[in-house]
Amino acid sequence: MEKDKILNELLNSIGMHKMGPDIAHVEIHGNEVLGAHLVEGLFVESESFKDGVNIKIRVKKDTKIKNPVRFCFGLIPENGIQKLNINTVIEENASASFIANCTFPNAKNIQHLMNATITIEKGAELKYFERHIHGPEGGVTIVPVTKVIVKENARYSTEFELIKGAAGVIELDYKAEVEKDSTVDMKARIFGRLKDKIHIKEAAHLLGQGSVGVLTSHIALKDDADATVENEIIADAPFARGHVDCKEIVQGRAKARAVPVVQVNDPRAHVTHEAAIGSVDTKQLETLLTRGLTEDEAIEMIIAGLLK
Amino acid sequence: MNILEIKNLTLKKDNRILLDNINIEIWAGYVHAIVGPNGAGKSTLANTIMGLSGYRDFSGDILYEGRSIKNLSIDERARLGITLVFQEPARFEGLPVDDFILAGVKDKKTNLIDEALLKVGLDPIKYRQRSVDKTLSGGERKRIELASIYAMKPKLVFLDEPDSGVDIDSVKYIFEIIKEFKKNGTTVILVTHSQEVLKQSDHGFLLCAGKLICKGEVNKLFEYFTGKCAPCNHVGKPDKE
Repeated sequence: MEKDKILNELLNSIGMHKMGPDIAHVEIHGNEVLGAHLVEGLFVESESFKDGVNIKIRVKKDTKIKNPVRFCFGLIPENGIQKLNINTVIEENASASFIANCTFPNAKNIQHLMNATITIEKGAELKYFERHIHGPEGGVTIVPVTKVIVKENARYSTEFELIKGAAGVIELDYKAEVEKDSTVDMKARIFGRLKDKIHIKEAAHLLGQGSVGVLTSHIALKDDADATVENEIIADAPFARGHVDCKEIVQGRAKARAVPVVQVNDPRAHVTHEAAIGSVDTKQLETLLTRGLTEDEAIEMIIAGLLK
Repeated sequence: MNILEIKNLTLKKDNRILLDNINIEIWAGYVHAIVGPNGAGKSTLANTIMGLSGYRDFSGDILYEGRSIKNLSIDERARLGITLVFQEPARFEGLPVDDFILAGVKDKKTNLIDEALLKVGLDPIKYRQRSVDKTLSGGERKRIELASIYAMKPKLVFLDEPDSGVDIDSVKYIFEIIKEFKKNGTTVILVTHSQEVLKQSDHGFLLCAGKLICKGEVNKLFEYFTGKCAPCNHVGKPDKE
């Protein structure tokens, strides 16, 4: 009964309700797996320990999972720790997309620590979308550390979104090794408020010929929030291509830093970067003011676009 | 009836006179043009009337529907019915075309989006899901800007160099929408140095070096502009004539 109640509360906090039999889903509260439903070709094994869960996810060779697999991780109480050690393998020529909602709606002092390794095997594809839903006061420390290996002719894209609620402390660290003719695309979209501290480290190592890496960070900050974005692309192979894009809008007393690192170790590789940090662009602002929006409404609209 | 009156407007920046004692009356419901060579002060005048940053410290007055608006902010002026389309419209990463078109609309009916896009010759199915960002060409961006003005239904609109940086196809739709604005009762002020754009207007004002040189019916102005301005050596220094 208690388990059902927590599960409902968890799903309600992310606006998710009953799902059909063709949609795979896994729900984890603290160190307890509350629910799981799998589809053909998808294997999930879990093992609980004191403050968390070890999870093994595997998508079988040649399996194409039609609907996104829904993961819900979180904690309903105000205080606690959730550690997730996740090992994901997408086998040869398989494809899947995962949507992970991480929800801490009542957080006052919560740690959400994730250690993940993801292997995308030859010709396989994974799209991973992670949305965080926090309470208005922050109170969450998020430390996701992920290592991704993208093998030949494989694709991996990931998107980290934290727009609703205060971020708290984020220490995001993603590293990808990208082999021949494979692609990695990593995006982070975060709205920092109050005293949020955000540190993003994304790195793509383009090891294989024709590999591609794109790292995008769009951050909006207000109040006393602080963000540092370190994006790094190293291209070792011929015809490897990479791009780093960091945009941060800063309001109030907030502070932002961007440290893009691009390194090319083969003259046939090409890596570019762009970074823009500052207040809202005057021309964008004045355009919306000439439509009759107030300054606050205009800034809200510009930020909503940036974080979309 | 005048919708706008500019009285003794002088704007100085860094000890340079950008607008020199300008007096203009704008009749409601017509298409007007502010013409002149590059650097004449055309865009400066439009920006000053709109109240943009960097153009607010002037002497003289601006009356809109008989009321001084010189102390109003940009958005306050816009809510009275004045708006402006920049020569190079801003691009907004991630902002959907739908949201942009409805930004200045009080009654946010979604069918207005389709209507506005069709008016500028853009297919709503193709464009509604796109963003107002760098993936749009200059012509597409300008047409979406005009679609947003169409949806807003202002009383007075400044179009700054409406044909600049756009293809021939886009120019055709831009000229069409100018006619549509007039039909709907919107007063249009075209800021231009293009003779083709000047032809779309009923009446105009010729500026040179921040001074109003002459005004009048478009044919007369066109004659003056082509006959005297084009070959003029007095760049930035209009002679008495």
